[in-house]
Amino acid sequence: MKVKLPKITVWRVIFAILMAAGLYATWLRIFYGLGGSTNLSDKFPWGIWIAFDVMCGVALAAGGFTLVAMVHIFNIEKYKPVLRPAILTAFLGYLLVVVGLIYDLGRPDRLWHPLVMWNPHSVMFEVAWCVTLYTTVLSLEFLPIVLEKFGLHKPMEWIHKISVPLMILGVLLSTLHQSSLGTLFLIVPSKLYPLWYTPILPLLFYVSAIAVGLAMTIFESWHSSRAFGRALELELLTSMGRVLAVILSVYLWIRFLDMSHRHVFDLLKQNRIETWLFGLEIALLATPMALLYQSRIRRRPGALYACAVMAVFGVITNRLNVGTTGLEAGSGVHYIPKWSEVAVTLMIIALGFAIFRFVAGRFPVFEAQEHEVAGSHQQEVEQAEEVRIVVG
Amino acid sequence: MSRAILYDSTLCIGCKACETACASRWGLPYDDKIAAEERISAHKLTAIETHGDKFSRRLCMNCAQPACASVCPVGAIRKTTLGPVVYDAAKCMGCRYCMQACPFQVPSYEWSSRLPRMRKCDMCYERQSHGQLTACAEACPVGATRNGDRDDLVREAQKRIADNPSGYYPKIYGISEAGGTSVLYLSAVPFEQIGLRTNVPQAALPETTWRVLELVPDIVSTGTVLLGGIWWITNRRAEVAKAEGKTGKGRHK
Repeated sequence: MKVKLPKITVWRVIFAILMAAGLYATWLRIFYGLGGSTNLSDKFPWGIWIAFDVMCGVALAAGGFTLVAMVHIFNIEKYKPVLRPAILTAFLGYLLVVVGLIYDLGRPDRLWHPLVMWNPHSVMFEVAWCVTLYTTVLSLEFLPIVLEKFGLHKPMEWIHKISVPLMILGVLLSTLHQSSLGTLFLIVPSKLYPLWYTPILPLLFYVSAIAVGLAMTIFESWHSSRAFGRALELELLTSMGRVLAVILSVYLWIRFLDMSHRHVFDLLKQNRIETWLFGLEIALLATPMALLYQSRIRRRPGALYACAVMAVFGVITNRLNVGTTGLEAGSGVHYIPKWSEVAVTLMIIALGFAIFRFVAGRFPVFEAQEHEVAGSHQQEVEQAEEVRIVVG
Repeated sequence: MSRAILYDSTLCIGCKACETACASRWGLPYDDKIAAEERISAHKLTAIETHGDKFSRRLCMNCAQPACASVCPVGAIRKTTLGPVVYDAAKCMGCRYCMQACPFQVPSYEWSSRLPRMRKCDMCYERQSHGQLTACAEACPVGATRNGDRDDLVREAQKRIADNPSGYYPKIYGISEAGGTSVLYLSAVPFEQIGLRTNVPQAALPETTWRVLELVPDIVSTGTVLLGGIWWITNRRAEVAKAEGKTGKGRHK
C-alpha cells in the first residue's frame, strides 16, 4: 500500500488553521492558566467554554436521546435510518463536552471528584453524574456499530439483551441533565437578566434540547448526504420537520406564557443589548417554526436544511444568552471572550466535524438499513420470541 | 450559638488595620500597592472601600445558608455550626460555580496559577474555634469591626440605631439578605451608597435549585414506569402487526 498525500482542499486548510490556533491556545491554557488564556474574572467566572462547549455541546447532542426514544421506545420505525447518526453525534458531543470541561476546570486532574465526593444539593453534582453515566450509555449504544463492522455477533447479542433498560436509562439521564443545565442558573436570580431568569428554566432547557436534537439530525443528514453522495431520506426528514415545528411551537408558547405570568414584556421596550439578543433568539426559533408549517418548505431539502440551521443557532443563542450575555449586567462586568477561548472552541467544533466524518465514512453509520435487512432476520425472530416470553 | 461580625461604617476611619491583620493571618503579602487596591481578590480577602467621606468593608458574608456551599459539586464548602463558611482546597476541582452562585460576588480565584484555588474570608474559623476573636476584629482600633455572638451583635446594632436615629440608616444589612448572613452592616446612608448590593434576594438561595433537584427521584421513578409502559405497548403492537403478516413496514428506501 502506498501512502497517499492528502489533497489540499479549502476545508482542509481551514481545519489545519483552526487546529494550529487551538493548539497554541491550549499551550497558553496549560502554561499560563485560566488567567493567561481567558478573559474571565472574579465577577465573571464562566465564559464560552461553559456556555458554548458544555451547554451548547450537551444541547446539540440531544438528538441521541430524542431519536432513541422515538425509534425504540415509541417504536416509530421509520426514523430508524437516522438513529445511528444521531447516536454518533451524541456520543461525540459528550466526549467533546468532557474535552471542553478539561479546558475550563481549574483543576482538570480532579474531574472525577464529584463521583466520590458527594453533594446531592448541588445541581453540578447531578449533572456530573448524569453526564458520566449517559456517556457510558452512549458508548454502549454506539458499540454495536463497531461490533457490526468487525462481525462480532456474540457481544452484539449481549448488548441486545440489555438494550431496552439501557435505552430507557439513557432517555431518563438525558431528561435529567438537559433540564439541569437550566437549573444551574436558578441560583442567580439577582444576576441573570429577567428575560431569561425564570423558575421554569429547566423545562425550557429540556424542550429546546428536544427541538435542537431534531434540528441537528436534519442538519447532519443533509451534510452527510452531500459528503457521502447518499440519497437524502427526504420523506423521513420532511416528517421530522413537522415534529420540529410542533416542538418549537410548544417551546415558544411556554416561553410566552411564562413571560406574561412574570410581567416582563415591558422590558422589551428598553433599548439595550439584552433586548436585541432576546429578539435574535426568538426570531431564530420562530422563523423556522412558521416556515416548517408549510409543506412546500418541508419538501425542499434546501429550505428544510435552512430551517434546521436557524433552529440550531436559535438554541445556541439561547444558551449563550443564559450562560454569558444575560449575566453581564447583573454581574456588573463586560465580557468578551479572549481569542484563545474562541480558538479552543473552534478547534473542538472542527474536531467534532472531522471525527464524525471519519467514523461515518468507515463504520456502518448510515447504511445501517441494508446491513440489518441482510443480516438480522435471525435476530428479529429471537427478539420476537424474547418479547413473547416477557409479555407472557 | 453562632458567631458573627458587625461592621459599623459610621465608626470606621479607613486605617486598614483589618486588611493588614487579615493578610498576616493568611500569610499573604501586603504592601502599599496592595493596600491601595479597593477590592477583594485572591490575594486580598478583605478590603476597605472609600465612598466619598464614607468607608465600607468587603469580606465574605458567611451566609446562614450559603449558595456557594449548596452548589459545590464536591462539597468543598461547608457552613460550620460555629458560623464561618469554610473551604477545603484539596477537594476543589475548580468549576467556579461558587463564584457564579454567590449573590455578593465574594469568592475569588487564583486565575494566574497553574494549580488554582478559590479564596475567600472564612471568618477566622481556626481562631474562633479556639475562642479567639477574628484577626480583623482584634486589630480594629476603633471598634468598627466587632466579633461575637450573632444574636448579641444584632441587639447591639439595634441599640446603636435606637440611641442615635439621626446618625444611622435605620436598617441592618445582613439580617435577611440571602436569608441572613453572619456579617452585619450598619451605615449612615442607604447601603447601596456604600457599595453593597441591595438587589440580593431576601430569602435563602439554595432553595431555588433544591426545589427542582428534590424532584429527581420522582422524575426517575415516574419516567421509568412511563417509558417502560410506552415501550411495552408499542412493542406489543408491532408484534401483533407482525403476527398478522403486516410486515415490510418502511424498511426499504
